[in-house]
Amino acid sequence: MKTNRTSEHYVAPVEETPLLATDAVKVDDAPLSLWADAWRKLRRRPLFIISAIMITLIIVVAVFPGLFTQVAPDNGCELANSNGAPTEGHPLGFTFQGCDIYSRIIHGTQASLMVGVFSVISVLIIGVTLGALAGFFGGWVDTVIARLGDIFFALPIVLGALVLTQLPLMRENRGVGTVVLVLVVLGWPQMARITRGAVIEVRNADFVTAARSLGVSRIGSLVSHVLPNALAPIIVLATMELGVFIVAEATLSFLGIGMPGSVMSWGNDISAAQASIRTNPAVLLYPATALSITVLSFIMLGDALRDALDPKSRQR
Amino acid sequence: MTTSDVTIEEAGIQAGRPLLEIRDLAISFKTGSGEVQAVRNAHLTIMPGETVAIVGESGSGKSTTALAAIGLLPGNGRVAGGQILLDGEDIAHASEKRMIELRGNIIGMVPQDPMSNLNPVWKIGDQVKETLKANGRPSGPDDVAKVLAQAGLPDAGRRAKQYPHEFSGGMRQRALIAIGLSCQPRLLIADEPTSALDVTVQRQILDHLEKMTDELGTSVLLITHDLGLAAERADKVVVMYRGNVVEAGPSLELLQNPQHPYTQRLVASAPSLASRRIQVAKELGVSTEEVLAPRGSAAVKPALTEDVLQIQNLRKVFKMRAGFGKSTDFTAVDDVSFNVKRGTTTAIVGESGSGKSTVAQMVLNLLEPTSGKIIFDGVDTSALNTKEIFAFRRRVQPIFQDPYGSLDPMYNIYRTIEEPLRVHKIGDKASREKKVRELLDQVSLPQSTMQRYPNELSGGQRQRVAIARALALDPEVIICDEAVSALDVLVQAQVLNLLAELQSRLGLTYLFITHDLAVVRQIADHVCVMEKGKLVETGSTDDVFEAPQRDYTKALLNAIPGARLMLPPEVA
Repeated sequence: MKTNRTSEHYVAPVEETPLLATDAVKVDDAPLSLWADAWRKLRRRPLFIISAIMITLIIVVAVFPGLFTQVAPDNGCELANSNGAPTEGHPLGFTFQGCDIYSRIIHGTQASLMVGVFSVISVLIIGVTLGALAGFFGGWVDTVIARLGDIFFALPIVLGALVLTQLPLMRENRGVGTVVLVLVVLGWPQMARITRGAVIEVRNADFVTAARSLGVSRIGSLVSHVLPNALAPIIVLATMELGVFIVAEATLSFLGIGMPGSVMSWGNDISAAQASIRTNPAVLLYPATALSITVLSFIMLGDALRDALDPKSRQR
Repeated sequence: MTTSDVTIEEAGIQAGRPLLEIRDLAISFKTGSGEVQAVRNAHLTIMPGETVAIVGESGSGKSTTALAAIGLLPGNGRVAGGQILLDGEDIAHASEKRMIELRGNIIGMVPQDPMSNLNPVWKIGDQVKETLKANGRPSGPDDVAKVLAQAGLPDAGRRAKQYPHEFSGGMRQRALIAIGLSCQPRLLIADEPTSALDVTVQRQILDHLEKMTDELGTSVLLITHDLGLAAERADKVVVMYRGNVVEAGPSLELLQNPQHPYTQRLVASAPSLASRRIQVAKELGVSTEEVLAPRGSAAVKPALTEDVLQIQNLRKVFKMRAGFGKSTDFTAVDDVSFNVKRGTTTAIVGESGSGKSTVAQMVLNLLEPTSGKIIFDGVDTSALNTKEIFAFRRRVQPIFQDPYGSLDPMYNIYRTIEEPLRVHKIGDKASREKKVRELLDQVSLPQSTMQRYPNELSGGQRQRVAIARALALDPEVIICDEAVSALDVLVQAQVLNLLAELQSRLGLTYLFITHDLAVVRQIADHVCVMEKGKLVETGSTDDVFEAPQRDYTKALLNAIPGARLMLPPEVA
């Protein structure tokens, strides 16, 4: 019986799988750009929600420190309060110098965040431009930029910063500007590398050739087609670097080559806390926690963005 | 292991029962939006020694069904119902341990892509040895060489010590077949085993596979999108559509007498089976006499005689790095000359590496010829200045192969089609939008597509958007570089029809670059056959197909799957 079945000509009833028009366009859901799609994915991810709330809070603290504390951070330090325990109006206690820890953390946010934001913006401008040119044109342009980047890449950040900050001009003008300058000089090659790789991946795509054969110039196709498609990894890296630069600022300030002592910054506070670490670890703990939470928020945001912007997850 | 092997075999032969029987199989996948049914009531039967082909478009569930038979469904997939009977034993829910026993020994597999299915850091021989060892067979160097030699690899002993990158695509596929058949399984699942290969290589590989499985008495489950290939190679064909088996039967009968509307549609549009040029003129109301008049008789339409493109002694030499600052010359295109008449379609046919795409790039003025001339409408294109090139671009437009790569994913469809108009500063915003709407109508896409992004469209729809973009500047010549090769058969037929219709309506000239002779026959008036950079044969399509002059052309024609099937003309 079964052997007969094999030569049978079976036809399924048409009702079971009604024939659809060949290659019909589905017009059900709303159109989705890369960014709309990413946003739809992001707004459901706890990682993104938490980091976004944290970052918003940090920005508000940095811009309006007066909303969070009435205590002036530097005057009003009384040595009588040295290493004092929390009291009414001073929830985190006092430093070795008798200053209010809570107030210092709130006011220190601004410096840290400013260093992070300005460094990232400058690194983006320099790194993306050079990286895009290197990746798009290749050849000797690529070689020169890549080798130049390698030179800066090879300098350890602390050593490089030590040398740079000892230059007379830098020593005299210490502040946010010098720290940003040091971080940008030592940090741009990373961004240039990522951009170069992303651009190389896109530059030979058919849509770039198609644009060229429509009459778009080479630079035109770089700006209007290649760069927008290479943006995702750049944004992810920029978000993460923001955190990294904030840590770097703290490191430099801790070593005494970052912010001058007169500027309130978490790095300076951590540095000053060395003296009383055994007697009153809270002095170290609170600014360090603020620093960790800030950096963690940015890195979490970068992680969430990386997942949401992953092109592999965008196939339908 | 050996004992159970023998008993299964004996039992199977004695009972005369099917080797593999799939009954009412249902497979579902867990996705972000709930369970999706990929396959429903699939059923098929494979007798010992028989070759059965599953045919269907991408997403029809053909590979999923085969993967279920070997227990390799992806992690989010599961068999939701039905039975998979291997010699009477239901393996639909068999333990992983039992499946490992079966894989290799009883069921072998030849995967689709020879480029990614061999481990690049392992020698070929070691990869064969791994399979032999895993199934408890002798795995000395001689055994490995024997297995490879059986799969048709010359000098197998030496070849076994080479790495995958030293193999060509065809040889890699042979190595994969060797691995699949190394333990002499009783069933071989071949998932699109040759779709990544050139037609002549494809033919060799399939011939060899057929010979080997005949000798060993192996049953084959062949998965393919090509109905012609399935009909030619299989005893029985199973057609799948949207996860269902819609028709199954002996291959010739199914081709000659398709019952289900989907199969009828497939048979009607399979390029390897169609032997006629797409006659769109008929639909447009041109008299039958004109349609039936031989294409070559240009006297009817005097406008056709003008040569819009003249290619003269074109040569392109690439410098290849050979280390230490030295370079060797590689001649990609060698002394190619042909003319393209206005309003006709000229196809350049060749296998990979024949230089056909290089010719296209040079005609598009994206690549500079080493020597020779490309004369477009009486003007040598190499002598154009920047401004003239800009004007030239308006008149010659490309359509590329990969529908997933030729549209900027960041641009919505409106911006994509509008870009050429914007670049060439044609019209204002309102008139451009009107033009985009018209173009979408021309390629029969709904106007609502404008706001969508390429990732929301299927391959065929993207290709239609690419056609609309190419048409935006009202060009005279369109260069189609493998424009339909990546599409499913039905979608391919649809796009080819669209191209033919646009040609007759707008008087376009096509230069059609393809490896697929079956497509050439459907669309081209003239054919240029290229081999290794040289032009081997040119002529009108009918002449070349009916009386090929060169051996290479004959070999190419013979290799079209299904070409040897003698079908009554009314079916084709």
